[in-house]
Amino acid sequence: MEPVVHFRGAVSLLGRFPALAGVDLDVAPGEIVLLQGPNGAGKTTLLRVCAGLVAVVAGSARVLGVDLVADRRPVRPRVGLLGHDSGLYDDLTVADNVRFWARAGKTAAGDAHAAMVRLGLDGRLADVPVARLSAGQRRRASLAVMVARRPELWLLDEPHAALDQEGRDLIDGLMRDAVAAGATVLFASHEQDRATAIAHRVVAVTGGTVDAKLPAVEAATPGVTASGTPRPPAPAPDAASEHRRQGGEVAGVA
Amino acid sequence: MLHDALLVVGKDLRLEWRSRVTTNQVMPFAVLVLVLFAFALDPDRRILQEATPGLFWMAVLFSALLAIQRAFVLESHDGVRDALRLSGLDPAGIFLGKAAGIAVHLLAVELVLGVGVTLFYGAHVGGPLLLIVTCLAATAGLAAAGSLYGVLAAGLRLRETLLPLLLLPVVAPVLIAATQAFQAGFRQASGEGWRWFGLLAIFALIYTSIGIFAFDPLMEES
Repeated sequence: MEPVVHFRGAVSLLGRFPALAGVDLDVAPGEIVLLQGPNGAGKTTLLRVCAGLVAVVAGSARVLGVDLVADRRPVRPRVGLLGHDSGLYDDLTVADNVRFWARAGKTAAGDAHAAMVRLGLDGRLADVPVARLSAGQRRRASLAVMVARRPELWLLDEPHAALDQEGRDLIDGLMRDAVAAGATVLFASHEQDRATAIAHRVVAVTGGTVDAKLPAVEAATPGVTASGTPRPPAPAPDAASEHRRQGGEVAGVA
Repeated sequence: MLHDALLVVGKDLRLEWRSRVTTNQVMPFAVLVLVLFAFALDPDRRILQEATPGLFWMAVLFSALLAIQRAFVLESHDGVRDALRLSGLDPAGIFLGKAAGIAVHLLAVELVLGVGVTLFYGAHVGGPLLLIVTCLAATAGLAAAGSLYGVLAAGLRLRETLLPLLLLPVVAPVLIAATQAFQAGFRQASGEGWRWFGLLAIFALIYTSIGIFAFDPLMEES
């Protein structure tokens, strides 16, 4: 099966600085892959390259079968990126935002509502302008947009940031549900314990390259391989129980 | 493309409905400009009346700068630009939607300014049809050119000061042609006015066409 992400010697520049300096990485369909590394290592850039937002100037890079070197635009509607920014209009309500971005993604009208229900935004918060939300609530609204759009590849940059315990559990459940529904997840997190617990595989990013050795993580996390090569994803045994725990439909993950 | 344009213009109008920036800020600013012109030229009412078309379009132009800046600040705030690029919306549709949204705001401002020049300057409308189509064509040109330069400036650090520098020289033909057409409309000399209207229509057509094709690379590169 063709990897969802397939990079060989991928180089990306931010200005004149090589933010990615020859990345080799494969991510198999259905995997949850954690990117770990210090600040400035290139994790965010790697996620943005996968989203087709940053150009690959050397090497080869394919995401969801799209050659990012030739034309990175076709991959964009097929991925969901949760970055440091919310990607929401401050003056619009949560419901306005989720509906607009869902319609922009040509998803069914019901998906937006289902996503808001899944993220706990269907009540009072639905009609609150985004500008008045707390950081955690904004994060949930951004996640609702992502869930409503049903991306094939989830790209999450510090997804647990600004969320409370319930929100963190929720996002872990969303990742598992997404994979159970056939999507693939690539995420960066500094939440070592929580992130390694959910990831099928950990990839270390250092100085703009993927470090294939990664002894510390491999030793610390049984069952996690360190290499950039693909491995069949572990099943998501708790997806169904998470589903039942949420007491409703699995909203909007494809 | 049209579906995406309608989606974007609908969102922009909803944003205005929620924030009331055009209603509460741009329109009062436009009226204030008219009033200040009146103060400056008040000693000679005849000059004020003769200068009405130019003053009207100067006020529109200043208001357009605010409206365009606002329209594109929204799209570059808090990661919205990336979200737009990932959305799957057709860039040409985004351009048309943004331009249409700006045009609706400007037409509302022009309506208020029209009432203003009638009340404050004693302007007499001789050829209403010419004045209306001039407003439509000039607004389309301003909105199209504004959207192009708006997206270009929005990605830059000095966008607040750069947009007027980029845009004002480009839209000088709109100012000239709209002023001339309005002068003809006020004097009921419509024949001459229609030629200026033709220039405005061509300007709008050219910038709309450029925008449809150039908006994507501008959004990518800026």
